[in-house]
Amino acid sequence: MAARKESEPKPMKNRTTVERKSERELIVMRTFDAPAQIVFEAWTKPDLFRRWWAPRSRGISLLSCEMDVRVGGGYRLVFGKGMEFFGRYIEVTPHSRLVWTNDEGGEGGPVTTVTFEEKGGKTLLVMHELYSSKEALDAAGTGAADGMGELFGQLDELLATLGASGGRVRSG
Amino acid sequence: MVQYTNANLDTSFAALSDVTRRGVLEQLIRAEASITELAEKFNMTLTGMKKHVGVLEQAGLVITQKVGRVRTCKVGPHRLAEATAWLEKYRQLWAARFDELDGVIEDLKQREKIDGRKKRE
Repeated sequence: MAARKESEPKPMKNRTTVERKSERELIVMRTFDAPAQIVFEAWTKPDLFRRWWAPRSRGISLLSCEMDVRVGGGYRLVFGKGMEFFGRYIEVTPHSRLVWTNDEGGEGGPVTTVTFEEKGGKTLLVMHELYSSKEALDAAGTGAADGMGELFGQLDELLATLGASGGRVRSG
Repeated sequence: MVQYTNANLDTSFAALSDVTRRGVLEQLIRAEASITELAEKFNMTLTGMKKHVGVLEQAGLVITQKVGRVRTCKVGPHRLAEATAWLEKYRQLWAARFDELDGVIEDLKQREKIDGRKKRE
């Protein structure tokens, strides 16, 4: 039985979708071919979590990963170049729901809710991020996606300066 | 994708490293203008201005449109495109993570299978 199963062709990778649900909300969705209990485990055990959170294909390396997955417990992820992400778990419901804060940017950081919905042996994972404002989401977007937020910020500033200085066009 | 963005930014910064080009962009942020008008304003030859506008155009900071014999320049959609591009970059990051997560999940499923077998024995 098992042998026959293993000889089946490898299924295609499931598609990841991202949607900006509102000005302050972002939703990432993906189905996994496993029961919720297994997917949940991969999100809550540090040694498993660190294997996928910093994908090799993106050249990201995770230096350390501490997770105390219980209500009020903290987490801290340290990447190279001193980049750190940390916060606290505010809801932990085994195999179905995780909610945590993202405090690295100070107060008013986004709140992440991950739900695990099992159907027919597969799990639909929905990650919902709620930001304090549209501007916070915009800023995180350019920043979190590739760490280029600062440069974009500089370019924005430069363009804003150019726009604001209005009539003083060099005319010589 | 990151490389692409870097290259994009390099082009933007290179385009803005010149004082005349910054002036041109500043002018176009206020109002669109023809190459001829820009050349006059900046006291420059038409050919010289065309070169500057070309650099800004390549960086996506300026777009030009030729109507009849007049080429009109205006601020490009560069910024707008960037705003929608990050969502796609974000999606790619998560897709990469989740593809790795598939591997972790496969390992866990294998382990459960072995554990299950042991329990039955």
